[in-house]
Amino acid sequence: MQNNNHAQKAFSIHKITKSKSFSAFTSALLAIFLGLVIGFIVMIIANPAKAFTGFQTVLFGGFSRLGNVFYFATPILMTGLAVGFAFKMGLFNIGASGQYTMGMFFALYVGFMWDLPDGIHWIACIIAGMIGGMMWGFIPGVFKALLNVNEVITSIMFNYIGMYLVDMMIQGNATMYVASTTRTAYLPTSAQIPSLGVRNSSVNVSIYIAIFIAIVLFIILNKTTFGYELKATGYNKHASKYAGMNGTRNIILTMVIAGGLAGLGGAFAILAPATIQGSSMTYEPINIIAANGFNGIAVALLGNSSPIGIIFSAVFISHIQRGGSLTSLYGYKPEIIDIVIAIIIYFSAFSMLMKSAASSFLRKNRKHVQSEDVDPRINSEGPALKTGVDLPDKEDMDDDVYITDVTDTSVPENHEIKNHGSGSEEDELMKHKGQDIKDSNPAEKEEV
Amino acid sequence: MDILYYLIQNMLPVAVALLLVALGGMFSERSGVINIALEGIMLFGAFIGCVFVFFIEKTPLKSQPQMILLLGMVVAALAGLLYSMLLSLAAINMKADQTIVGTALNMLVPAGVLLFSKMFFFSDGVTTNTNFYIRKIPLLGDIPVLGKLFFQNTYLTIYVGALLLVIATILFYKTSFGLHLRACGEHPHAADSVGINVYHMRYAGVGLSGILGGTGGFFYAVGIMNGNANGHTGVAGFGFLALAVMIFGQWKPLKILLAALFFAFLRTLAYSVALIPFLRALNINQTYYKMLPYVATMVVLAFTSKKSRAPKAEGIPYDKGMR
Repeated sequence: MQNNNHAQKAFSIHKITKSKSFSAFTSALLAIFLGLVIGFIVMIIANPAKAFTGFQTVLFGGFSRLGNVFYFATPILMTGLAVGFAFKMGLFNIGASGQYTMGMFFALYVGFMWDLPDGIHWIACIIAGMIGGMMWGFIPGVFKALLNVNEVITSIMFNYIGMYLVDMMIQGNATMYVASTTRTAYLPTSAQIPSLGVRNSSVNVSIYIAIFIAIVLFIILNKTTFGYELKATGYNKHASKYAGMNGTRNIILTMVIAGGLAGLGGAFAILAPATIQGSSMTYEPINIIAANGFNGIAVALLGNSSPIGIIFSAVFISHIQRGGSLTSLYGYKPEIIDIVIAIIIYFSAFSMLMKSAASSFLRKNRKHVQSEDVDPRINSEGPALKTGVDLPDKEDMDDDVYITDVTDTSVPENHEIKNHGSGSEEDELMKHKGQDIKDSNPAEKEEV
Repeated sequence: MDILYYLIQNMLPVAVALLLVALGGMFSERSGVINIALEGIMLFGAFIGCVFVFFIEKTPLKSQPQMILLLGMVVAALAGLLYSMLLSLAAINMKADQTIVGTALNMLVPAGVLLFSKMFFFSDGVTTNTNFYIRKIPLLGDIPVLGKLFFQNTYLTIYVGALLLVIATILFYKTSFGLHLRACGEHPHAADSVGINVYHMRYAGVGLSGILGGTGGFFYAVGIMNGNANGHTGVAGFGFLALAVMIFGQWKPLKILLAALFFAFLRTLAYSVALIPFLRALNINQTYYKMLPYVATMVVLAFTSKKSRAPKAEGIPYDKGMR
């Protein structure tokens, strides 16, 4: 996030390196880099002879399947938004899988059982999917808001309940389920989302809808009162309650919206037209939790929970997934990408550390002044200083902002109050957005 | 009456897996680290233990299945310990978000298991042939009622589990180690001020959860999956159920035992509907029974969470500089 208040100042490296979105970006890159390196090591262990070719396929294979990269990016973009949106509120929506499955079922149900005219049918299916997901987000929301049950446990339980329920209902429905293939039947064409016409790919209009929704969410988060309250509650739920925000309502609303987003993901995934004329995507009820929900966590973390960042991270994850499935040409299995994704999540959780490491690396060679009027507390705290975050030129920048930055990278929680004084409140909130996850801890610990 | 015997005989191997993993979660959380990764630790222990059994059952040792079980248990415990170190490293040294790290670790194991099983065993997991089942223990199995309940149609796992429960309870309540551990989960700064190394205690707590989680995972593979482990079904959410058991058990060993028995009973019931005339007559889809443990978790949590007392410092990375 560029600091608008200082836009009139000349372009400088400090401006960029100290901005939140830049450090989020570098730490995401670092996580991706480590994930890929470890993925490469796993490939070497699994089969040294073909590791290099296999790894090249992971990196670049997706380019030969661009249409499908975007098709598979659509559902994880939606589940990523579902997770990221709840993160903003300090909620960890691990239940995106269940919401996704529910959305998929509702979309399938309307697709098979309702007879609607051509132009309307697929839209009705999508809306049904959204409603299905909302229902499955609503319950953990109510449990969290009214009964103070940790949303992580609730939504995990609802992943299983939803999965069993959907599989049972599909298997019990003769119209949807074809027992001989153990999969769902082909959807009527009117229920399929219009294709974009890319050859050999299922990419369809839903990718545009998904990107549009991401932009709408960005606006909601940054330009509306609801978005502001949401983020404020994410930073400090006690303070926001004190300020008169309705925490109970906001928690339920956030979970409902997040559930709706994941449900849309399920609908987009299943309503896509298949590459062969007359067929469509099918679902196989074999009691397995939908992986797309968990991939959404990776997408959200990589995108720093920002809707715009999530668009790019979804495309990236989808890209390496396509590459990963192509590695089967060399005897590897697509699961290699799940390993890479898990490791990316693992390192994303270090975001604080990664951010300070990244910025200290970038600032290493800048000359610095240890001026007297630098606040003494900078010296008294901050592993960042010890690990070599050098002080940049003083005249280059605004004092206040600089102090904010150092405290940001080194001391996460208790010192926020000292940072007020630069920028508007809105800016302040944005500066801390990278810490959402961290800050959500105190809120969570009361129940688990 | 035979049905009751059958239910209890089948319930105990399930309960022991839940119990051990929940005890592991207890050690970790009472030391101040949220351990969502239990699911992954369980599967890792189960898989490594089964791989060990897979190789050792080809040696002359194969005539002694119970010996193999004990050795496999040790291997699984070590695997769990090693894997849990990834959590400690991130949560204690790197001060990372514990829930997210746990989620990552949960995702890593099934992917790794699938990758390696598909490449080396050409299936989704590892299948072993050793029969760990005990039809009847001599002498003890002849005791009326009790013999039938606890010493027939069973696995060695339940006795090891009972022993581990006793050891864990003593360690938790009767040693200074247990006291220090609990202090670190309640008020780490106070613990630090009297000379307890909070980092070490948390490493110990997470390490114990790794040992118990790995063991519990292996016991799951032995007692429920018949000596197999695969990456697709994994441990079917048992790691998460164990967390619910732990919360239901209020982070206390003996209450955890009761909670584990309760959940295990529900699960066994779900899988034995066809054998119980009363439930069979109701003619409800079996899937509803499969959902029962998860639904029960929700109901139980809804009623207990208001007054539940989680360890105070749980989930907060310890920082010496912050008071």
